[in-house]
Amino acid sequence: MNAPAELLNQHLIDPEICIRCNTCEATCPVGAITHDSRNYVVIADKCNFCMACVPPCPTGSIDNWRQVPKARAYSVEEQLGWDELPPALTDVELSAMGAQAAPETQSPAVTGTQASSASAAVSGSAVHSADYGATVPPWSAAHPYTNLHGPKAPTTATVVGNFQVNEPGTQNETHHIVLDFGSMPFPVLEGQSIGIIPPGTDAQGKPHHARQYSIASPRNGERPGYNNLSLTVKRVVEDHQGQPVRGVASNYLCDLKPGDSVQVIGPFGNSFLMPNHPRSHIVMICTGTGSAPMRAMTEWRRRLRNSGKFEGGKLMLFFGARTQQELPYFGPLQKLPKDFIDIEFAFSRELGKPKRYVQDALRDRAADLVQLLKDNQSHFYVCGLKSMEEGVVLALRDIAQEAGLDWPSIAQSLKREGRLHLETY
Amino acid sequence: MSSINYSEKIPNNVNLSEDRTLQRALEHWQPNYLSWWQDMGPDGSQNFDVYLRTAVSVDPQGWAQFGHVKMPDYRWGIFLNPAEQDRKIHFGDNMGEAAWQDVPGEHRANLRRIIVTQGDTEPASVEQQRHLGLTAPSQYDLRNLFQVNVEEGRHLWAMVYLLHKYFGRDGREEAEALLERRSGNDDNPRILEAFNEKTPDWLSFFMFTYFTDRDGKFQLCALAESAFDPLARTTKFMLTEEAHHMFVGESGVSRVIQRTVDAMNQLKTDDVSKLRAAGVIDLPTIQRYLNFHFSVTIDLFGADQSSNAATFYSSGLKGRYEEGKRNDDHQLKGNTYKILEVQNGQLVEKEVPMLNALNEVLRDDYITDSKAGVERWNRVIEKAGIPVRLTVPHKAFHRNIGSLAGVKVNPEGRVVSDAEWNAKVSEWLPTAEDRAYVASLMGRVVEPGKFANWIAPPVMGINRQPVDFEYVRFN
Repeated sequence: MNAPAELLNQHLIDPEICIRCNTCEATCPVGAITHDSRNYVVIADKCNFCMACVPPCPTGSIDNWRQVPKARAYSVEEQLGWDELPPALTDVELSAMGAQAAPETQSPAVTGTQASSASAAVSGSAVHSADYGATVPPWSAAHPYTNLHGPKAPTTATVVGNFQVNEPGTQNETHHIVLDFGSMPFPVLEGQSIGIIPPGTDAQGKPHHARQYSIASPRNGERPGYNNLSLTVKRVVEDHQGQPVRGVASNYLCDLKPGDSVQVIGPFGNSFLMPNHPRSHIVMICTGTGSAPMRAMTEWRRRLRNSGKFEGGKLMLFFGARTQQELPYFGPLQKLPKDFIDIEFAFSRELGKPKRYVQDALRDRAADLVQLLKDNQSHFYVCGLKSMEEGVVLALRDIAQEAGLDWPSIAQSLKREGRLHLETY
Repeated sequence: MSSINYSEKIPNNVNLSEDRTLQRALEHWQPNYLSWWQDMGPDGSQNFDVYLRTAVSVDPQGWAQFGHVKMPDYRWGIFLNPAEQDRKIHFGDNMGEAAWQDVPGEHRANLRRIIVTQGDTEPASVEQQRHLGLTAPSQYDLRNLFQVNVEEGRHLWAMVYLLHKYFGRDGREEAEALLERRSGNDDNPRILEAFNEKTPDWLSFFMFTYFTDRDGKFQLCALAESAFDPLARTTKFMLTEEAHHMFVGESGVSRVIQRTVDAMNQLKTDDVSKLRAAGVIDLPTIQRYLNFHFSVTIDLFGADQSSNAATFYSSGLKGRYEEGKRNDDHQLKGNTYKILEVQNGQLVEKEVPMLNALNEVLRDDYITDSKAGVERWNRVIEKAGIPVRLTVPHKAFHRNIGSLAGVKVNPEGRVVSDAEWNAKVSEWLPTAEDRAYVASLMGRVVEPGKFANWIAPPVMGINRQPVDFEYVRFN
């Protein structure tokens, strides 16, 4: 994780504008903000770029970013001594420090700035896709429990299963990992996530911070009636630029053996939740491990259907991966009845075939989606790489507009009624 | 049938649409509230479209929704911070027991009094500030004023929610009375003295939001520790909004200072008459305003020895600032605290039981917090290369409550004779002439991006909008 060339878009607070009101520190879900009698500062290796602190800040001082080589991030002690922000490093200075200038594609650390208007301008589009996502759950969502176990008092889970869910030998090795909580309360809903704290310390000798993973199993357990849940974890062996790096948490998780103990915090998430009323439709759009919450929702609906006591609506799944071999859960998905779920795969690196992304699959199914967009029983869920989010929102917009629908009012009601959820990273 | 669509009109996370009792109480109260807002809310501005932040839920994304709205259409919501599961009382005699989800009979009167006192300050400040819109130094500032006003309105709602939900008939009567008292009215004044003072000009407004809203912050922080869980959760959410009010104050004063030191450097003078001729507010006047607002505000914490404060603490109604972060026994029975009193013409420290001195404890925490911001103002002066520094006066200066009430103490903390006080008071507190001069500067600036001569523009706009954004559409 500490290759010298790696850049960090470091989150900083402008001490000249900040009024030390403590709102950010009180809001931060991961304890990444601290202060002394002088300044409020962001702890670089704790901040996970969730942006929860940005809207509540009354001053705007919270929304400052500096590109620095990751190994040379400004320390807490440095920041506490500041009267003003340091000037941004130029590309020349950055390369002199052994870092490449700002990459075209975003590194994971940079995705945090997506929410700022600056990067919307960079992408050259007026659509700010994140604005379309709802912050409220659908009306029939079950009430979630959140933050039962915080970073200061994580709970322990036991690994009871760990196997690969795409074809061995493919590049994106993806594991299905089952964790059991024994008698510790850890009630979850489909769409929620948990945090995993890898053991040991980072290069600075500090404990690792938690990494967040979506839950891939339904509310009553991976195995119904047991206090367990599953995760879908891709082994990270390179960064977004293709440079080799070893993801600390993903490699730790993929290498776990049954019987091992894991430190867990959470659950998190109170809006990306599924509708529970009869005849509600669910449209799921995902790539790679973004399939985890979709698997959870699909499985819950499947169990309800098997009970014979629930009349579900339409389920549609748009699932993208580079190849069929890489796609997690390809086999089990094929076995689901066609009258239960309508699945469109999109493969972008299939030999001898044109590239096809999830947004292409959406456009191909425009006729069905128009019906669903018109229907206020429809709920849309998007999960996967950040880069797909805008394409998906644009595709939905175009599909609506080409059918003569009033997209702004549809978008507004999707958002207001908690029927369009975006979770990308 | 109800006439209000509850989830749309009153964003809330208290399940209002299913609480018939609460709906009925609010149906009666809401029209009265709106009519109070029409009568006593911002003067002559009801038809403006104002770029306001509205809270629609308590999560970070939901509570800061920006858009142009007319103030009477502002959606005053009712929000409690999410419940902490199995929350325990963490101070006082009931420490370790489960936090109360309802009002215990023996604390009913005290809790109601605390809530009413807090609630009364909210409409009071709207009333105090209702004419300021007519003299706003810019659209940006006008918008900030209105934001503060609608949020004070929401804080009133928050307190009224508690009265309606938990205090039955007398709660409803108190809620009505909150709309009947009037700031500065001789017959039916607001409860606390500082909220009956006028806020005549924008320097006063900025000082008020810096100092007096910070008192609000400390009171809310103390109530956020309360054993009465709905009160703790309500006040926690109010604190997020209160931060904006202090921002308006801190940045407002800072911009006034910025403009003044710029003019001092331009004209190369610290001569008050020359600076006044140039239309900026001289630093000695700013210091006197500071002295006034600071001293009036620290009175709000109450008498330095108070058996009520002890009762509120021991019974778990009101904690200390950051009670949960302190490492003592949270009972304080054997502890002592130093307060000030005058003996033989000298200020001396006196040790008293801490439980009785909790008002003083909160006041001292407040003073520390206030001083830090004043130091940040000084950095603006320092950066301009000017040797003057603003200071917070001694806490015994110009006090009207507690053992220091009426004692003549200068801003440095030395007891002075009546003669010396009378001779020097015009150096220490704003004079009629100061106030008249500041008032003479107040004129309305309405063009986007333009600012009155006595104040510098802000470094950035609201919600990433440019400084010259049309924050208010006058229609």
